[in-house]
Amino acid sequence: MSHDSTIAPTEVPLRRVGSFKPDLLQTENHGLCPGCGHPIGVRIILEVLQEMNLANRSICILGHGCYGTFQSKLDIESILSLHGRSPAVATGMKRMRPDCAIFTLQGDGDMVSEGLAEVMHTAARGESVTCFLLNNGVFGDTGGQMTATTVVGQRTKNTLEGRNPTYHGHPIPIAEIVARMPGVAYVARGSVHAAPDTVRTRRYVRKAFEHQMQGNGFTLVEMLTMCPTGWFVPTPQGPNYLNETLQKVYPLGELRDIRAEKNGTPLHR
Amino acid sequence: MALKLLEGSEAIAEAALAAGLKFYSAYPMSPSTELLEHLARKLPERGGVCVNADTEIEGVMMAIGAATVGARSATGSTGQGVALMQEAIAEAALTELPLVVFTMGRAQQDYFQSTRGGGWGDYRTITLAPKDVPEAVEHTQLLFHLADKYRCPCILLGDNILARTQIGVDVQPLEFPSLPPKEWAFDGASGGTGRAKSLWSWGIGKENNLAEGGVDGHWKRVAAKFKHIEAAEQRFDQGFVDDAELLVVSFGTAGKFVEYIVRELRAQGQRVGYFRPVTLWPFPGAALERASRAARKVAVFELNAGQMIEDVRMHVTDRSKVVAIGDISTDEAGINMGSLMSAPPIRERIRNALQEIHA
Repeated sequence: MSHDSTIAPTEVPLRRVGSFKPDLLQTENHGLCPGCGHPIGVRIILEVLQEMNLANRSICILGHGCYGTFQSKLDIESILSLHGRSPAVATGMKRMRPDCAIFTLQGDGDMVSEGLAEVMHTAARGESVTCFLLNNGVFGDTGGQMTATTVVGQRTKNTLEGRNPTYHGHPIPIAEIVARMPGVAYVARGSVHAAPDTVRTRRYVRKAFEHQMQGNGFTLVEMLTMCPTGWFVPTPQGPNYLNETLQKVYPLGELRDIRAEKNGTPLHR
Repeated sequence: MALKLLEGSEAIAEAALAAGLKFYSAYPMSPSTELLEHLARKLPERGGVCVNADTEIEGVMMAIGAATVGARSATGSTGQGVALMQEAIAEAALTELPLVVFTMGRAQQDYFQSTRGGGWGDYRTITLAPKDVPEAVEHTQLLFHLADKYRCPCILLGDNILARTQIGVDVQPLEFPSLPPKEWAFDGASGGTGRAKSLWSWGIGKENNLAEGGVDGHWKRVAAKFKHIEAAEQRFDQGFVDDAELLVVSFGTAGKFVEYIVRELRAQGQRVGYFRPVTLWPFPGAALERASRAARKVAVFELNAGQMIEDVRMHVTDRSKVVAIGDISTDEAGINMGSLMSAPPIRERIRNALQEIHA
């Protein structure tokens, strides 16, 4: 078994090129690993909330995972809820406060492994809330074990030789499943592995919030993200691995947009 | 007073509405199903929302979501369903969220579940066990008040007989001391101000507004709150304790049967008294200690293998006086009342305990 070091020092000293802290973060230090994709995902969500003037009427429900660190950092009202149950919490909030933008921040372990029932039923009820799935295919917080979205062949701490479908089963493409359900207004899958994809994902985030605020129904945006410590991949190669391996199983683009369907415009693929 | 013939579940639903219930979500299970049915019909008529949950976990989490934005909310099930909610109840307690849980248990098997809980961390749940429907109407309203006052989950522990007995009852809104506005509740408005609100069982706050003492500080404050509740909220009912040779301790519906039989035996000149904890947690231990001083024997009648008897033994000074006269008597949720839920076997057990004193 080979092992590539993910902590080798860089060839050139790291240089700060600018501040990327969105206004809706209370601190510049996101607390996650260098090379992690989650902070990019959270940043674009916060930027969109500000852009849409939703900052003072939005509520975030965080699941359990590395992104839980944002519970104390978001300058948005937030609750860190039980593992996987955020869509149910969002339902209770939205039914009592339909004027607020209610969104969940969930990982693949949180949404697809632990909380599959909650996201499915919330989608089926057509609740006008937005669920964000930060999908890196592993339980990053606990060091990189297999989740329900780990792709076939992917090496994790408990699938050392790679996920074997006859032994470990198959990954669940939650976005595709949810997109087929009535009551769902918008579903898209983006990625944060490269700047163009991040910009496209940002557009998906905005559309999801637009649908929610119009009360159109359930919205879900999945973002593929890199996990430098949970993957058996050197950190600089993370984005490439995401691009070549994860995207084969989880193709990027819009999967559902009832507004586009009504207007006869094509989905973004 | 205008009495209206109502099923227990409907009376409890009316009481919850009188207390300002705005959100209910639950999954059906006998004998709690009718409470869901009544609220599914009544809540929308009164400006509230009732969501039919697809699991008990979803039910309690939706109610928690409604609580975070300041709405009076509740969920309910039987003991088996509330077993699934234990993690969420603990989470609500440590996040300091008000929530009312209606446990319509099977017989009295859920004393430990209600008073000890099966969740994680240092938490307690205020538990009221009404003896009948009129008392449940009061308790339901009191629980919504206590849940808001202390920001903690509160349980109404009932059973099949409570939920499904039809009785003439007058549901009137009760007056409670006014409570401060829920400044902790979310409305989205604090976002972007640099002082956004935060709720979490770890209670550390936000970077700009970190809680004193971090996680430990939060948990210590929550623990101190429960210590305060333990001293301040004990409730009990008792009768004929001063000269009783035999003190019979029981709770909930069984307490009503026991009280009836004790009164009957008193009328026949027997020196017997009753003691009924109204709050199962906090357990009225000091009152029980006083009530049991003169008694030669303390008999515990409960429909389980011996759960409350642990609390009784903890508080009666001479624990050798404490005996169990209850037993497992499964009430099959409306099909069968259980072999012990009628006056004759209870009367016989109390008489036997009296005879043993005089033997």
